[in-house]
Formats: sequence, structure tokens, C-alpha cells
Amino acid sequence: MMDINWHTVVIVLGLTVVTVLARGFFLFSNRTWSLPRWAQRGLQYAPIAALAAVVVPEVVMVNGQLMDTWKDARLYAAIVGAAVYFWRKDVLFTIVAGMAVYIPLHLGLGW
Amino acid sequence: MFFLRENYQHPEFRVGVRDFLRPAPGIAAWGLMTGVAMVKSGIGLFESLLMALLVFAGSSQLASIPLILAGAPLWVIWATGFCVNLRFVVFSLHLHHYLAHLPGWQRVTSGYFTADLSYVWFVRRYPHPSGDDAGRLAQQAYLAGSNLMNWGSWVASSLVGIALANFVPQSWGLGFAGILCLIGILCSLATTRLRMLSAGVAGLVGVAAFALPLKLNIIVAIGAAVILCMSMEKLRPQKLEGAGS
Repeated sequence: MMDINWHTVVIVLGLTVVTVLARGFFLFSNRTWSLPRWAQRGLQYAPIAALAAVVVPEVVMVNGQLMDTWKDARLYAAIVGAAVYFWRKDVLFTIVAGMAVYIPLHLGLGW
Repeated sequence: MFFLRENYQHPEFRVGVRDFLRPAPGIAAWGLMTGVAMVKSGIGLFESLLMALLVFAGSSQLASIPLILAGAPLWVIWATGFCVNLRFVVFSLHLHHYLAHLPGWQRVTSGYFTADLSYVWFVRRYPHPSGDDAGRLAQQAYLAGSNLMNWGSWVASSLVGIALANFVPQSWGLGFAGILCLIGILCSLATTRLRMLSAGVAGLVGVAAFALPLKLNIIVAIGAAVILCMSMEKLRPQKLEGAGS
């Protein structure tokens, strides 16, 4: 009845372990820890870098190439979404405004 | 944990639940969008359900989807998920001060259920760990209450999103809502100049190195951004001293 992709299931189980490891990181041991300075500094920059590394190619690339047209709904939706975040400071507004730009351009104009 | 009697019978448990009524709709809306985005991006129904129920971390779920679809190797997907989740490592360091009296499995389980907002609500109500047993019990009961609300609204809304997604045609492109959600989270992290630099560098390198096999462009981009920002941080105070003399 359902096609199950076991490779994806393994990925999901691994991501579950990742959640447990990250959220429980310093809770596994009884010791009270303090982070070394270099790690504290690296932590400032790694999460946003990981998000940008995933998100930016998803917005500006088509089939592994930089997009060669301005007629792409993703571009405008992303710009509006980011601008709305800085205006309202709420991720939900970003999604709603971004989709309000994306859907008409994508479905209406075929961008 | 919310399933332990000592927690759910404590009056602070109910306070935790009640306080969390305010952020719960926001979490539910986010869970709904994540559920829709997961299914619409093309990973299967069962896989989406499993993700919502077990992974229980919206940003790493959404970040992993493009990588899964691109056929990235397991370790790249997991490493990216861990980097996106690094904030929780910091939370766990802080939570240890509140939970040190509990047995190990309870500490780790409490950590697993503590997501962004339940952490924020918890430390706002209790800025300092309690010094006595009664206070510690009250704090862990409060955390259990807000965690239950957080987890419940996330899971329920994700399931609704996954169910609804089946009635929406793929061609609408609703999977893009997941990317928009990540853009929102990204902007919320952009609180200092160096973090913005980190995002800019990682974005550029992620695109420039896209041709690398195994989605290694993600790992290279994170490495480049972190190293550059840490060296910029080192340079800055010296520059300031230089300017002063």
C-alpha cells in the first residue's frame, strides 16, 4: 500500500539520534561542563552558516546552475520573506508573505 | 518529563501548560507548514510521519529535505542537521544546572523534549536554578508542562499538515514554504555583523562549490564561514588598538 524508501528511513532515524545528541549534549554526563573558548566562538557562526549553505542554492540555482533568468518566483518570494522578517520579527509572517508572492508568480505566470 | 507522576501532579506543571498556551498556536502553524512542506517536497508519507514524530526539530527536518532529495550521503545530512541544531547544545549546557539532580535518562529525555520555545519560556520563569529540593521539583514540573504543550502542538499540527498535503497538487510548489521557513530562522539568527558575514560567505561558497560531489558544498561552506568569522573576530580588537595609538 505504501512505498517505503528505507534509505530515507535510515536518514530519519539518524536525524533522531542527532536531535537526542544535540539536545542532550551536556546532559549525558553528571559532570558540570564549561565550553572551551574556541568552541563558544565557533558556535556563534556555525548554525547560520549551515542554514545559508542549504537555503541559498535552493533559491538561486536551477539544475545545479546559477539561474539565468530573473523570472523565477523563488527569488522574489525569498527577498520579500526576508524583508518581512526584519519588519515583523516573526517567522510565520515570512512564510505567509513569501508564499503570497510565490504562488501567484509560480501558478499565475509560470515563473 | 511530563509522563512522570511527580511532575504532572505538581501545581507548577499546570502553570507550565497554561503559560504555554500563548506560543502554542505559533508552533502549531509552523508544524502545519512543516508537515505540508515535507510531503510536498516529495519524501514519502511514512517517512514524513516518522520525521515529524521522532526528529522533532523543524529546522533540521527542513534543512535535510533538499539534501535527501539530492541524494547526499548520510554523514553530510546528519552533520548538517547537527550544525543547524548546535543551539540546542548550548541550551543543554544551561539546562544541566537545573537538572543535575535527576538520573541520567531523565536528564537526557528532558533535554530531548526541550525545544526552542519551551527552553525560552522555562528560563524566563526561572532565571536561576533552585537551591533546594522543593524548588528543583517545581522547576522540573514546570518544564515538563511546557514541554508537553510544545511537543503536543508540534506533533498534532504536523500530522494535520501531512494529511492536508495529500489534497494539494504537487505543482503548487508548497514545498517552498519549507525554504521560506528556513529563511525566517536564518534572519532571526542574523543578530551581529559577523553572523551576517557568516551567512553571506556560506551562501556564496555553497553556490560556488555546488559542483562538488556528495553535497560537500554544504560542509565546505560551513567550514569556510566559521573559519573566516573566527579570524575576523581575532583581527578586530587589534585593529581597534591600532586605531587608538
